[in-house]
Amino acid sequence: METLNYRFEHGSRALTAQPQVVGVVGSGNLEVLIEAAELDGACSIEIQTAAVGFGAIWQAVMHDFQQRWQLANARISINDMGATPAVVSLRMDQAVQTMLGDAA
Amino acid sequence: MNWNTLQQNRAVRLQRAATVLGSELEGKSLPAARIADLLHAVLECGDRVCLEGNNQKQADFLGHALANLDPARINQLHMLQSVLALPEHLDVSERGIAARLDFSFSGPQAARVARLASAGKLNIGAIHTYLELFSRYFVDLPPRVCLIAAEAADRHGNLYTGPNTEDTPAIVEATAFKQGIVIVQVNRIVDQLPRVDVPADWVDFVVQSPRPYYIEPLFTRDPAQISEIQVLMAMMAIKGIYAEYGVQRLNHGIGFDTAAIELLLPTYAESLGLRGKIGQHWALNPHPALIPAIEAGFVKSVHSFGSELGMENYIHARPDVFAIGPDGSMRSNRAMCQAAGHYACDMFIGSTLQIDLQGNSSTATAGRISGFGGASNMGADARGRRHASPAWLKAGQQARAGRNTIPRGQKLVVQMVETFREHMQPAFVEKLDAWTLMEQADMAIPPVMIYGDDVTHILTEEGIANLLLCRSDEEREQAIRGVAGYTPVGLGRDQRMVENLRDRGIIQRAEDLGVDKRMATRDLLAARNMKDLVRASGGLYQPPKRFRNW
Repeated sequence: METLNYRFEHGSRALTAQPQVVGVVGSGNLEVLIEAAELDGACSIEIQTAAVGFGAIWQAVMHDFQQRWQLANARISINDMGATPAVVSLRMDQAVQTMLGDAA
Repeated sequence: MNWNTLQQNRAVRLQRAATVLGSELEGKSLPAARIADLLHAVLECGDRVCLEGNNQKQADFLGHALANLDPARINQLHMLQSVLALPEHLDVSERGIAARLDFSFSGPQAARVARLASAGKLNIGAIHTYLELFSRYFVDLPPRVCLIAAEAADRHGNLYTGPNTEDTPAIVEATAFKQGIVIVQVNRIVDQLPRVDVPADWVDFVVQSPRPYYIEPLFTRDPAQISEIQVLMAMMAIKGIYAEYGVQRLNHGIGFDTAAIELLLPTYAESLGLRGKIGQHWALNPHPALIPAIEAGFVKSVHSFGSELGMENYIHARPDVFAIGPDGSMRSNRAMCQAAGHYACDMFIGSTLQIDLQGNSSTATAGRISGFGGASNMGADARGRRHASPAWLKAGQQARAGRNTIPRGQKLVVQMVETFREHMQPAFVEKLDAWTLMEQADMAIPPVMIYGDDVTHILTEEGIANLLLCRSDEEREQAIRGVAGYTPVGLGRDQRMVENLRDRGIIQRAEDLGVDKRMATRDLLAARNMKDLVRASGGLYQPPKRFRNW
């Protein structure tokens, strides 16, 4: 297991109050929890991953995610069981889109 | 000058067989137990021998008999084969019966082909696509003897090849009309055939095999294994390519990526109002995954290379869609369907293993000589095509806009891949493994499945790269990097150029296409498992046992 932490400052898009969980903990998959949190405008992401040694890719995937959504005061927790970047991005986008509804 | 050596030699061979078999030869029919005697009698050392076998049906009884001949009597054979699928196909080389090989595809035996070639036991003439190999049967490689498989024969030697006719017509015609010997294994001998697929006077010997010929259900994809990423990619394909170009005539690859598209036609494509506007005419095997689209009225016609196990009753009940004989059973023809896929289709879409920065794509990996099959003919612009269609014209216009060239169309050739394959193997690479294989196997050129200059679109979970719109090698490379995601090739992109390409619509992400990712779930599939397919067919589709998991 490896734990990775990322924090992106100065987001602009606030989330709704209701937390959102998507995905499942299973091989090649992941579980994502997104919730609103008072973080001084930042988006903070904590990743627990079963696959060790992919830090550079996670960094790039999280950077692009935040580029797309510009989340503010958001806490994201990821429990990963070896999902590909494609699955990670899809789950996270689905979670945010569901929270923001058609405002997304 | 003797102008009749082939006919005279043929007569000598037939006489030898008659002498050896004596009264056990009844008309053209002989007992299975005498097959080795027949082969020893009609074969001569150095003969070109075509053994029928492709990725579907196999003349496995005859192949086994050939591999067990006495190499002291029969050797130096030059084997011609569409596909090397069974161990026997290489036993003939290992045992010293065959010395040379021309073929198309060797998927299951690819590693052994590479080993035998490097040990000097196998002299490979060339690796072909199907259509090339069939063509050479008629030009410079006519078989002296062919060993083929049919469903049934009658007492005269007429053959019924039925739904899985496949390669048989091309092989038999090339052999029989060059005074070669045609030997057929049949599953049964009957008084009255359902229909005649090969006339008796093209056939020399018939043997009833102890077992029905082997056939592989290669085109059956269990919808349960389709991922949500594949659903997302299928949505992008339908909206960004099928609808965009109005693609009516097409061929699909055999993977799960394109099976997902087939299963999204009655749901997603229907919701976009695309029924009747896309995907009406197919050069395609009877994919079970196409059943829901056929039932929903999307599909007008399907012309097939071969059949597919379990689809017989469904096909029989949908004669407007499939090619059916007067007896009601399907007829396939690989050579014709390859030609159809090349000339009559506006689009090929399929998966691959590796794509390089020029868009060349290859399924070759080091240590495996796997060859090509049909994708290279489907996935290539038909330079000889002259008839126009909206999709063909639009692709041609995009490729030629702003250039001083005479108007012409172009085939859409789409490579659809996830950026990472299993075990985080990147699908995008700086240099194809094909180069390593070329050196290992001493080939003249690297074995490329589809050349970059034929590829028009690359579709990944990251979006669609439209290579038709690129105006320089550099733009093309950045367009490919731009959909290569988090692979090293993708991370090596020039951010500013990629954003510029996106502004110009050369790269389109899901959000640019208006694809709602929340819909990218398995619920969007018209069938989510094998049982759903059976249900969609009204119980007519009967999957082989290994796919019956309910």
